[in-house]
Amino acid sequence: MLAKEIERAGIATAFVTALPTIATMIGANRVVHGPAITHPAGMDSTERRRIVERALEMLETEVEPTTVWEAPP
Amino acid sequence: MVRAVHYVNQFFAGLGGEEAAKTPPTRIEGAVGPGRGLVPLLEGIEIVATLACGDDYFAEHEDEALETLLGFLREDKPDLLLCGPAFGSGRYGYACARLGASSPVAALAAMHEENPGVAAAGKTLVVPTAVNVAGMRDALPRMAALAGKLVSGAELGPPAEEGYLPRGYRRNRTAEQPGADRAIDLLLAKLTGETRSEIAAGFDRVEPPAPVDLSGALLALVTEAGCVPQGNPDRLPTIRAQGWLRYALDGEEGMSADRFQSVHGGFDVTLANEDPNRLVPLDAVRALEREGRIGRVHDAFYTTTGNGTPVASSTRFGQEIASELRDAGVQAVLLSGT
Repeated sequence: MLAKEIERAGIATAFVTALPTIATMIGANRVVHGPAITHPAGMDSTERRRIVERALEMLETEVEPTTVWEAPP
Repeated sequence: MVRAVHYVNQFFAGLGGEEAAKTPPTRIEGAVGPGRGLVPLLEGIEIVATLACGDDYFAEHEDEALETLLGFLREDKPDLLLCGPAFGSGRYGYACARLGASSPVAALAAMHEENPGVAAAGKTLVVPTAVNVAGMRDALPRMAALAGKLVSGAELGPPAEEGYLPRGYRRNRTAEQPGADRAIDLLLAKLTGETRSEIAAGFDRVEPPAPVDLSGALLALVTEAGCVPQGNPDRLPTIRAQGWLRYALDGEEGMSADRFQSVHGGFDVTLANEDPNRLVPLDAVRALEREGRIGRVHDAFYTTTGNGTPVASSTRFGQEIASELRDAGVQAVLLSGT
């Protein structure tokens, strides 16, 4: 709901979450599928960098509603 | 005998077509039009009166129309209000929905699921119908069945079982089958091409805002993973948060475990508390800020616990945070959650 309401205000929002199905069901538009509930943003700095870069790329991309991108392996 | 009042528009009341759409609310004794079709289907329910209003009159004089119609209802003192079916007619559906939502007694409306009235129906039960009047024969028995259920006092089951549109409510109940069995059933159904869910999606959609060039943008970090300063000084709840908090980043290079922790009660926070960057990736964001990939990182982050939070609450949190972010000139958000 946070992602949707912030986007409703016109601010592009990338949502990094381990539960993309719930995120899109609620209406988040830019969803990055993080690795796990206990560390959605990445376990180590290398993984985090990849996930954050993916999220930034998504913020710079025109997307359809409720788009999910997998974090790169 | 249960007393019901039936609401229809000018056309179904037999007052006329578009030329009569400006007809103010009126009351007719007994059942009229589709109400006559309902009568033989309603068991133990009598339609004592029909209320009718022109579609345009209602749309253009909503307050007056509602006041008059509710006045009729107060005089008739029915146990139940039936509205429609309005099918795909937007003005008629909206009138049905608004009257139902304002009704002092239990109300039931019928219309096509994409009728704009659905969004205005509030707690009113809406029976889905075909998009046009060709669906009358199908709609009336379903209206009558749900009406019977409504006045029986029995607990109403889920929308798909009882034949009404989801209203966005969720109710916990004990299922007869354990979760694993139900999950397998859903999976088998999906393999045959039928996708079902126990959790209805009754949420609206927002158009994604336009992309942002981040090299010159102000980016803010927001999380619903319950990240707070060590010791949780402002007592963010572990579940069912009542609000959100804002904490300064003070130029920190990352979310150090000395300074931050997570109080989220919905998952094991051991890994997160070893390194809170795993929830709020400030270290990676700072590195990209230094490299010029991101213009600037907002000097505060926003946090709440997304755990058992009612939709209405989290909607409010989102609106409030968004309002602050907009005032601060933030152009993009990196939100993290479980």
